[in-house]
Amino acid sequence: MNNAKQPENGDNTQRQATTPGTSPLAKRIVPCLDIDAGRVVKGVKFQALVDAGDPVEAARRYDEQGADELVFLDITASADNRATLLATVEAVAGSVYIPLTVGGGVRNCADVRKLLTAGADKVSINTAAVQNPDFVAEASARFGNQCIVVAIDAKRVPAKAGSAAPCWEIFTHGGRRATGLDALGWATAMVQRGAGELLVTSMDRDGTKAGYDLELLRAIADTVAVPVIASGGVGTLEHLYDGFARGGADAVLAASIFHQGTWTVGQAKDYLASRGIVVRR
Amino acid sequence: MTSIGVIDYGMGNLHSLAKALEKVAPQIAPSARVVVSADPAALAACQRLVLPGVGGVRACMDELQQRGLDAFVRDAATRVPLLGICLGMQVLLDTSRENGGVAALGIIPGSVERFPDPPPAAAGEQRLKVPEMGWNRVRQARAHPLWAGIEDGCRFYFVHSYYAAPTRPADTLGVTEYGRDFASAIGRDNIAGVQFHPEKSQAAGLRLLANFVSWNGETQP
Repeated sequence: MNNAKQPENGDNTQRQATTPGTSPLAKRIVPCLDIDAGRVVKGVKFQALVDAGDPVEAARRYDEQGADELVFLDITASADNRATLLATVEAVAGSVYIPLTVGGGVRNCADVRKLLTAGADKVSINTAAVQNPDFVAEASARFGNQCIVVAIDAKRVPAKAGSAAPCWEIFTHGGRRATGLDALGWATAMVQRGAGELLVTSMDRDGTKAGYDLELLRAIADTVAVPVIASGGVGTLEHLYDGFARGGADAVLAASIFHQGTWTVGQAKDYLASRGIVVRR
Repeated sequence: MTSIGVIDYGMGNLHSLAKALEKVAPQIAPSARVVVSADPAALAACQRLVLPGVGGVRACMDELQQRGLDAFVRDAATRVPLLGICLGMQVLLDTSRENGGVAALGIIPGSVERFPDPPPAAAGEQRLKVPEMGWNRVRQARAHPLWAGIEDGCRFYFVHSYYAAPTRPADTLGVTEYGRDFASAIGRDNIAGVQFHPEKSQAAGLRLLANFVSWNGETQP
């Protein structure tokens, strides 16, 4: 009882009050698994999909490595695949003991309910939010904003005339369809409708390993009062650090650096802690 | 044989909790089994009871009352080790401020309060968000069998906007800081409750559930 605990690097000692203005919550590392027909797949910019294994095995591996949460994205999301996806979610939820977010093809409250019943803790909404923003409000009112994540896929566009401020536009359908919506305005609108969290992906960076779009993250994190998950472009552990320290993210999402075994989640946490980021150990 | 009863009264998904208990229970007692049920007769045969809960407190109390489970839980609380989780912990207290004020089970003296809405953040500051959602520390306020093998200050996974305020300081088992200190684990005699989700708190959460399965209801480790 009351074992002397090795302090988390970069954290306050446990009986000290948290510094005003900082959250006592640990920053989260979130491996992301793209799912197609019940298998983990990985492609670059939605092309050249390769089979990367069994979702339950992958989820267990990350759970054991100390991941704080998992995201599953059903990337094909066709009607045929829904039953397969629900079976996958149920199998994964029964074998890991951390929160699970599931997205891809979530179109209405019935879809949300099915995923939550299968064992998802949160559901991520993307294209359907653009097509019908009231769906986000409805889902949030019905299931609570803590389980509604809105995924924002943004691409840089030329700055407005007479302004130097960078601009980003929202894309849907896996980055294939422009919407004309400004990313910051959209982020604000989604939080007003009840999004409990925003998953922000830079379409310019996704799959490039060039690092997150930090300006995009910072602009959104400074605008909204809900947690922001950084996504798109991680190639090094320093990119994860930048997502927190420079982008202002509450969580960082990464796929290939973990799938390819370049680093484990534990190694990522060791590195982040050594740079002063508060992580769960 | 040890049976662990999970009280299923229609509030939230019990799949993860049942799976987590099924994982740890055989490690404690090889013949242990997990019973997920809304039937007081089936639950009365269990040697341990878990009261889970996600959602609003009024709906939670309504569902318990409609099934006759409120009286069952009050009675069971005098006999077997009982663990409330999240909303299932909050209803152990007398009242909750949620939904305009709701009378709860009154098993542990105290109330359930709401986190104040966050004040506007100064430049460069990060606002504390409500609900609290994420991994926060739990300081062990006093020694208890549920903490066996769990480091003091260990992080657990929280999702909540309301928190327990037990009347008697001795009923606080664990304290978490989120803008203020609140009781993240409570207990007296053979009854315990945790605000966090042990079934989502990886190794520390599984250890707490295992400790509960092996707990005989005595309060000294």
